[in-house]
Amino acid sequence: MGAFRGFVIKEFKQIYRDKRTLVVLFGMPVIMLLLFGFAIRNEVTNVKVGVLDASKDLVTQQLIQKINASDAFQVTAILSSYDEITEVFKAGEIKEIIVFEPSFGRKIERTGSADIQLITDATDPNLANIVQSYTSNIIRSYVKEINDNGASQSMGIQPRIKLMYNPELASVNLFVPGLIAVILMLVSALMTSISITREKEMGNMEILLVSPLKPIHIILGKVLPYLALSVINVVVILVLAKFVFHVPFQGSHAQFFFESILFILTALSLGLLISSATNSQQTAMMISLAGLLLPTVLLSGFIFPIDSMPFPLQIISNIIPAKWYLIIVRGIMLKGAGIFILWKETAILLGTTLILIALSLKKFKVRLQ
Amino acid sequence: MRILRFLLKKEYLQIFRNKGMLPILFVLPVIQLAVLSFAATYELKQVQFAVIDFDQSQMSHELVQKLQASGRFKLEATYHSTDTALEDMKAGKIKMLLTVSQDFEKHMKTGKEASIQITIDAVDGSTAGLIQSYSSSIISDFNAEKLGELAIAGSAIVSPKSINIIPSNWYNPDLDYITFMVPGILVVLISMIGLFLSGMNIVREYEIGTIEQLNVTPIQKSHFMLAKLIPFWTIGMFDLCIGLLLARFGFQIPFLGSLFTILAIAGIYLVVIQLMGLLISTVTHTQQQAMFIAWFLIVIFILMGGLFTPIESMPQWAQNLTLANPVSYFIKIMRMVLLKGAGWQEIYKMVIVLFGMGILFLGISLNRYKKTSS
Repeated sequence: MGAFRGFVIKEFKQIYRDKRTLVVLFGMPVIMLLLFGFAIRNEVTNVKVGVLDASKDLVTQQLIQKINASDAFQVTAILSSYDEITEVFKAGEIKEIIVFEPSFGRKIERTGSADIQLITDATDPNLANIVQSYTSNIIRSYVKEINDNGASQSMGIQPRIKLMYNPELASVNLFVPGLIAVILMLVSALMTSISITREKEMGNMEILLVSPLKPIHIILGKVLPYLALSVINVVVILVLAKFVFHVPFQGSHAQFFFESILFILTALSLGLLISSATNSQQTAMMISLAGLLLPTVLLSGFIFPIDSMPFPLQIISNIIPAKWYLIIVRGIMLKGAGIFILWKETAILLGTTLILIALSLKKFKVRLQ
Repeated sequence: MRILRFLLKKEYLQIFRNKGMLPILFVLPVIQLAVLSFAATYELKQVQFAVIDFDQSQMSHELVQKLQASGRFKLEATYHSTDTALEDMKAGKIKMLLTVSQDFEKHMKTGKEASIQITIDAVDGSTAGLIQSYSSSIISDFNAEKLGELAIAGSAIVSPKSINIIPSNWYNPDLDYITFMVPGILVVLISMIGLFLSGMNIVREYEIGTIEQLNVTPIQKSHFMLAKLIPFWTIGMFDLCIGLLLARFGFQIPFLGSLFTILAIAGIYLVVIQLMGLLISTVTHTQQQAMFIAWFLIVIFILMGGLFTPIESMPQWAQNLTLANPVSYFIKIMRMVLLKGAGWQEIYKMVIVLFGMGILFLGISLNRYKKTSS
């Protein structure tokens, strides 16, 4: 036991003496959360749009003004013919052209309806969709205005829309839990896999193996400091999420903490497995970075909803631990879900961790070739 | 020149002998491109919804049917109490709940306000936004249709004024995400190879101690750097070509612009990324440190590069930050050239910026790399 304690102390010291890595380790998650928390959103602001107005009457002027006045849009170009659209789109600045048909206002007055064409640059389908629905909303509310002017009382269906758990549709509430998952996953997996393969590469593994330390002690000694680091990271991230981003926290903090430690363990054991299967830091890093980064970002539901993916990918997403952690964190933070609702996801994470540890213990070679 | 040749030979041998690394270099990027491109989509599949119908009239049934008929909504359950419905929403079984109030039909027919409530699980804000806009547009269609019928039937209802919105999506009429994502993901994959490997490769010599041996040889600084950069440049370009082939023939992505432009700019871009790796390697001492910095940068570049979420949706300061992001330039160039057929005229400014970045990185790293040990 004394040897084990000594080993753990050595590992802690080694990490805390490497000031550059420490700065990166603590600074990085904070910077990332701040940067992305503010920057990654799906609501648009100041999208540049163009107008092709063949009628130039009161109604179209009012509509253009309304669109320009909204936070989402900025009318930056007035086109005079259809042919200009291609050029404008190719230059890439302007994302939507609003085309009014000739004598727009008069048509509304006489026949009760007129046409607006919304031409979007759909190379980015997501942006095109958002821009189009924003514009449609503005137009619809304008129509409602002119109709309400005459009628004394509204009629027909009046849908009331209630958004549960996240009423402002703030992307921050969605992305912050996702960021926690991505940061924890990559930091933990990367760190362990590097620290163990490093011993192999430098030749120190040999020394460790002939020492009285059991393999399990070596592994524990390598993992413990990073577990401590990651737990500190969780606390920092949580404080930021609460006090800087005001992400609601409906559920229990204790449960969040427990689930996060579980997820860190999953990531650490994944790192262990990678390190026991590889011999050089380079390979270990490429697997844990190039191999884990995109799948964790894309298949966890962090940015893209899993429901939208094709069926085979929805199945594959089940093996991404971050997916389960994300469901748990969003459940706790936004819905206030307790362990009775989240027991399945928790059990899956626990199972994954155990399997990963078992696999890496099995692969961990006590002898050198 | 001879020295450079030998050095290159050594580097290539070293790369191709590391059997564990080869699949990571050549197979992993292709698989990721082929599989993950399908994941990056916001397209709304069928939404599970439930109904609480306090009216039980013909019109309320028609409304539910109309929602189902759109193909976007799938009726999962009917409830009689709001509490059980909300419980199921919390557990994630339903995404939307439609509550039709009593006298819905009667109010419609008498020209009064007929109220319904739509409750949406908004944990995922972007999905919730889509659900909201689809359901609202179906309901407002239904409303217009019914009011029209009732107006013809000759009651006190006057048909309201309207503006028809005709959407049209250029370059990508079906709003297909694959076309948009594949070029972007390809850029990320080759950036990772360029940045991670060239950064790591030089630090490795430091960490193992072989840099001292190299320093006392007559090898010139520039030869040493070239020998470290060229192999991964060729590998990156090779991967890019495979990726482009996959994009063209696997994903059927239209190549509207010139392939030569893409390849030429990719060549410049890879050098820039590698020089950044070189710069990282001159400010770090261990592979671990180098990797962390490289990882940190690449995550920022990816998430703020306009790959997954539009740059237009960022606040202004963040949009300004992307001006220093080489990945976002190349993603933009790839998309513009491949999907819109943009030519030199539209992109030359961005290429100049990339050039400038490259020179900056090179200058700093030449300045920092010394052949003397400190």
